[in-house]
Amino acid sequence: MSEALVVSIGPHIKDKVSTKRIMWAVTFALLPAGIAGVFIFGINSLFVIIAGIVAAVVTEALMLAVRKKDIGAVWDGSAVLTGLLLAYNLPPQSPLWMPVAGSFFAIAIGKQVFGGLGHNIFNPALVGRAFLMISWPVYMTTWQNPGWKVDAVTGATPLALCKEGQAIVMKGVSYWDLFIGQRGGCIGEVCVIALLAGAAYLLVKKYITWHIPSTYIATVAVMSWAFNGKAGLFTGDALFFTLAGGLILGAFFMATDYVTSPLSPRGKVIFGVGCGLLTFLIRKFSGYPEGVSYAILIMNSITPIIDRYTFPKWFGAPR
Amino acid sequence: MQYRFRGGVHPLTFKSLASDKLIKRSFIPKRVVLPLSQHTGSPAQAVVSVGDRVNVGDLVAKPSGHISAAVHASIAGKITKIAHFPTYNQARVLSIVIEPEGGEDQDFKPKPDRNIDPIPKEEFLGIIRDAGVVGLGGAGFPADVKLSPPANKPVDTVILNGAECEPYLTCDHRLMLEKTQEILTGLDIIVKILGAKHAYIAIEKNKLSAIYAMEKALKLNSLERRAGPGRLGSVKPKLIALDEKYPQGAEKQIIKVILNRIVPAGGLPMDVGCVANNVGTAYAIYEAVYFGKPLFERAITITGSCVREPVNTWVRMGTMLSDMKDIFGGFTKEPKKIIMGGPMMGFAQYSMDTPISKGVSGVVFLTEEEIDAHKESVCIRCGRCVDACPIGLVPTTLMYRVKGENFPEAKSLGIANCYECGACAYICPAKIPLLDYMKFGKAKIQTI
Repeated sequence: MSEALVVSIGPHIKDKVSTKRIMWAVTFALLPAGIAGVFIFGINSLFVIIAGIVAAVVTEALMLAVRKKDIGAVWDGSAVLTGLLLAYNLPPQSPLWMPVAGSFFAIAIGKQVFGGLGHNIFNPALVGRAFLMISWPVYMTTWQNPGWKVDAVTGATPLALCKEGQAIVMKGVSYWDLFIGQRGGCIGEVCVIALLAGAAYLLVKKYITWHIPSTYIATVAVMSWAFNGKAGLFTGDALFFTLAGGLILGAFFMATDYVTSPLSPRGKVIFGVGCGLLTFLIRKFSGYPEGVSYAILIMNSITPIIDRYTFPKWFGAPR
Repeated sequence: MQYRFRGGVHPLTFKSLASDKLIKRSFIPKRVVLPLSQHTGSPAQAVVSVGDRVNVGDLVAKPSGHISAAVHASIAGKITKIAHFPTYNQARVLSIVIEPEGGEDQDFKPKPDRNIDPIPKEEFLGIIRDAGVVGLGGAGFPADVKLSPPANKPVDTVILNGAECEPYLTCDHRLMLEKTQEILTGLDIIVKILGAKHAYIAIEKNKLSAIYAMEKALKLNSLERRAGPGRLGSVKPKLIALDEKYPQGAEKQIIKVILNRIVPAGGLPMDVGCVANNVGTAYAIYEAVYFGKPLFERAITITGSCVREPVNTWVRMGTMLSDMKDIFGGFTKEPKKIIMGGPMMGFAQYSMDTPISKGVSGVVFLTEEEIDAHKESVCIRCGRCVDACPIGLVPTTLMYRVKGENFPEAKSLGIANCYECGACAYICPAKIPLLDYMKFGKAKIQTI
């Protein structure tokens, strides 16, 4: 018997939660929003999602093979999640080569060239989105109003309308519509209630913590309320700016990406507030109506600095 | 009132395997191997030589310095060998082998019960030192040293530690049930030695029966308290039911939870006027003081899902694990890992030919399925180790520093504060052996 014994340093038991389980749990939590997106915008959205996932997985496998790594790692769920998130960030009527190109760039350039899972600086899905946004801006800003027909009316997102100075609620879109997703926008971002259901699951299962989402959303809401009003300071419509764009999707599912966000709770709060401020600034002062993805990407880049200055205090350290 | 400590994890406890099993009487093995270093500090010095005959409880090795502990014969017989043997946590330790020749009386002859009220505290300390009592929670620090703090660090509070936060182990639980009154007397002795004003008994809520037993015993005692300052039993201990959490039984954590005092980094509990003792230690002190019984046996738990009959049992020090198969009835399935101590902080063994010594609180057998066979993958920076670390380190960053051999930075990030509870490696979803890196890093910074 003795030669068959395993000897190692403790702990000799380990928690059941693994990287794989976390990745698939996040994927699972994103499903309601995707299903809602397909219902709202039609079947093409489903094809976009599938194309995004397949392209991401294939790219991951290819890159792992090129880098002479274990190709089995493709099933850890991270590539599927990246593909899914990228597709969620595309307009519903995107031609199918868009998610494919985006996923390829996200995985190959956003993730694998940095060394693969755990080593990327930027959220890969957002890298893919930024790439598409710069390369094919027209496709990325052609929106479809909710409706099943493929030739449904092209419209604009509420934030874009707002940017043009139109009062959105007057155009027949209520808060309730924003909440359930009856508006133009990206596939996965529109149905707030489905996103919140998934987010609640992740919070309850402790796969994410409250620090980043709550500070992010609160910052955007407060800043919009303070500075986005037509009638002067503190008259802005905080609820509209919270629900209308990609904030809910970004705050719960992309800003919380482990690899690209700070480690400590204090760091996460700083990160969330930073994302909120940048989102507000981009929405208010840049040419883009929406700022979530660039805000998160910028904060990703300073995550190492945040980490450096937010180490927890040692137990018993001198005050 | 109960405070909180940061971090910690909640492993499944598997305590029900053995928690309802009475502690069996110890059996007499065909030989014992008594390591001369079963404690923290310098090894004991043998005072017997090969061929000598010894009785149960005879001194076989005396302490060799201030921080050291005596070793006593755990069975009667002849010294057949003094040589190096592996122990549960060290490769080679000089050890004394005793083999009975048959016909010896293997029972300890207790000294008659004595009136201990008039005994001064110095004499208590002498008795405890002579009995070779060490902390039985695992670290094995000599009890007499712990109970004699320097004059500039007065101790006002004693904590009796019955947390037993390691999964699987139940011997402290059983001891609190079966030796309740004796443990409380042991606590009284500790309180008297230290001149403490407060005493707490801390037990995790997963041991409700022990909490009830203690509560009952405390009520009985309060009816017959002997009054008078400095007399035995003049301080009434408070019972605290702790929420379950690992590593709650760690000294620094239990002091924080009960008193909200924070032991300074690199400091000792006595720096905040506190001493924490394991319930097993209190029992050993009671036996030493009342009966002059040296620490030659202790209660351990032998458990695991593949063990036919998980047991709690008294065991003579130096009994080889391989000689104990009859006690736990062998295995229903082949174990893949043998751990001495608990599954979080215990030591994996190369074979069953290892003696039980003072620091071994249990033996846990794990099967192939129970050993986490997940392959190590890369850190995804989830931060779970940061949240789990009870002392506020960042294990993943330290892991990268150690991997990159940047030991000065590992040091400045506080790696020396790690007391190796293993919560980080337990919780890591990438299954990175973080504790290996911590231990390696800690050893390395000694040299810079």
